[in-house]
Amino acid sequence: MREKIRIASGQGFWGDLIDAPYQQVTAGNIDYLVMDYLAEVTMSILQKQKNKNSNLGYAKDIPPLMHRILPVCKEKNIKVITNGGGVSPLACAEAVMEIARDLNLEDLKIAVVSGDNILTRLDEIFDSGCDLNNMETGEPLQPLKDKVLSANVYFGAKPIVDALAAGADIVITGRTTDTGLTLAPMIHEFGWSMEDNDLTSAGTVAGHILECGGQASGGNLLANWEDVDNLAEIGFPIVEASPDGTFVVTKHEKLGGKVSYETVAEQLVYEIGNPKDYITPDCIADFTSIQLEDEGNNRVKVHGITGFEKTEFYKVSCSFEDGYSAVGSLTYSWPDALKKAKAADKILRKRMENLGLRFDEINTEYVGYNSCHGPLSKQIPEDDLNEVMLRIAVRGQNYKDIDRFGKELAPLILTGPPSVTGFAGGRPRPSDVVAYWPALIPKKLVEPELKILEL
Amino acid sequence: MKILLKDIAHGRSGDKGDAANIGLIAYDDKSFEIISKYVTTERVKKHFEGICKGDVERYELPNIRALNFLLHNTLGGGGTVSLKHDAQGKTLAAALLRMELNTEE
Repeated sequence: MREKIRIASGQGFWGDLIDAPYQQVTAGNIDYLVMDYLAEVTMSILQKQKNKNSNLGYAKDIPPLMHRILPVCKEKNIKVITNGGGVSPLACAEAVMEIARDLNLEDLKIAVVSGDNILTRLDEIFDSGCDLNNMETGEPLQPLKDKVLSANVYFGAKPIVDALAAGADIVITGRTTDTGLTLAPMIHEFGWSMEDNDLTSAGTVAGHILECGGQASGGNLLANWEDVDNLAEIGFPIVEASPDGTFVVTKHEKLGGKVSYETVAEQLVYEIGNPKDYITPDCIADFTSIQLEDEGNNRVKVHGITGFEKTEFYKVSCSFEDGYSAVGSLTYSWPDALKKAKAADKILRKRMENLGLRFDEINTEYVGYNSCHGPLSKQIPEDDLNEVMLRIAVRGQNYKDIDRFGKELAPLILTGPPSVTGFAGGRPRPSDVVAYWPALIPKKLVEPELKILEL
Repeated sequence: MKILLKDIAHGRSGDKGDAANIGLIAYDDKSFEIISKYVTTERVKKHFEGICKGDVERYELPNIRALNFLLHNTLGGGGTVSLKHDAQGKTLAAALLRMELNTEE
C-alpha cells in the first residue's frame, strides 16, 4: 500500500480554465487528475445534444484535452477520473480511444461508468412504487413526465473504485458526485472499507475541497483577496492523502495562487446546508468535525473528520422545460443616469402592456447602482452616478411574447431618454428555461454499469 | 463599540436551489465569539429584508470559527429560472459583511 497519494483538481466546472489540467500534470508530481464537468444545467444541455446526435452528449472539451495530456499521463502513470461523460460516457470514451490511437499509445484501459441515466426508465420506476416526489415541494413527477428533458441518478465512489480495481487508466462517468471522483482513488489505493464512515467522510471532504477547482487555492477569496500572489497563473488545488484519512491541501509550488487556512475554510462552507448532515451516496460527512492546521508554504493539514452511515437512497436530478426567458440591457450616462434608466424601464413596460404581452415575471435591475446588494447598497446621491446599466429580464410560457420583448428594447435608443448606449450585442433572444426537480430513489432500483475499453 | 462585520470576518456564498447559503468565517477566536453572539438568525433575517423572502436557518461550525446561514426564497426561483443578475447569490456573503454590530448592546 502506498503511504501517500496526490490527487489534483483539473476543472471546477465545464468552462473552467482550459490549461489547468495540463498545468496539473506537468508542473509537478501527481497520481490522479480529477475533473468535474457537470452542473445541473449541463445535463439538460447534453441531453438535448444527444437527442440530435447520439454520438454527442458529453463534454466536448475532453478529447482535445486528452490529446494534450495523455502522453504525459502515460509517461508519469497519472490516472484520470472525470464525470465529463455526461449523458454519453461511452461515446466520450470512444472519442478518447480514437485520440489514443492517433497518438500511437499502447496499453490504454478506459473504464466507462453508466447506468445513471434513467430518462427512458421513468415509467418502470413509477410502476415500482417510486414517485420521484420533489424533495422540496413533495409533488410527484408523473404529471410533468412529458416535459422531462433529463433524469440522472448521482452515483458515488463505488463504481469508480471498481473501475480502478479493473486496472483503468482513465475513468469516464456519467452523473457521479463531484466528491466521489476524489474519494474513489483513496478507497482504491488504501483499501478502505466502503462501510468505514469516518474514512469515507474524510475522502468526501477532500472531494468537496477539490470540486470547485481554483476556489480552494486563492480564487474568489474574500479574505484579503489582494494578497493572493499571481492569480494569472493560478495552480489548482491538490490533496495529498494518507491511509489514516488525514490529508494536506496544497498546490504545485511553481504555480500561482495560495493555499491557506482562509482559502480552505471558504471552500468548506461553500454551498453547504446543515454542516452535520452533508449527504452523499457514500456517507454522511460531519463538517463540524473538520480540523484545519495551516502549516505554511501553501500547505493546510485537514484531520479529525468523522461521519455517519450512508442512506438507502440516491439523489436524482431531473430537468424539465418551463417556458422561455430573455435578458437585455442599455447603459445611460450622467446627467440623471438613474432617472433616465428608470424612465426607460417605465416606457418599455407600458409598450409591452399595450401590446398585450404576457409574462410570468419581469425583473428590472440597475447595474452599477444596486443590482447586487439591493436595499443594502450604500445610498449614493443619484446625481453622482456617472452611468448606470438598465438590465431587464423577462420569463414566460409564450415564445412569441418573449421574442417580442427582444424587439422592443433597441427602439428605446431613438424613442426614449437620451445619452444611451451599449446595444452592440443585437436583440435579446429567447432561451429555454430549464427547471430542476430534485428527488430520491431507493438504491436497489438502479445499478451502475461498468464497461472497459482496451487499446 | 461599533464593529463592521467585514473587519472581523470573511466568507463565501452560493446557491442551493432557491435558497442562498452564506458561510461566515471569523478571522480569530475572539471574533468568532462576537459573531456567535451578535450575528443571530433574527439579525440576519432583518439585514436581508427585501432580499430574503423566506426563513433563515443558522448553523454553527466552531471547529473552523464559522456560521452557516441558509436564506430561503432568496434567488428569484434559483438556477436558470431566476431573472436576477446575481441568480446564484455569489455576492451575498459580501452583502452580509456590510452588517454593523454594536457590541455594547
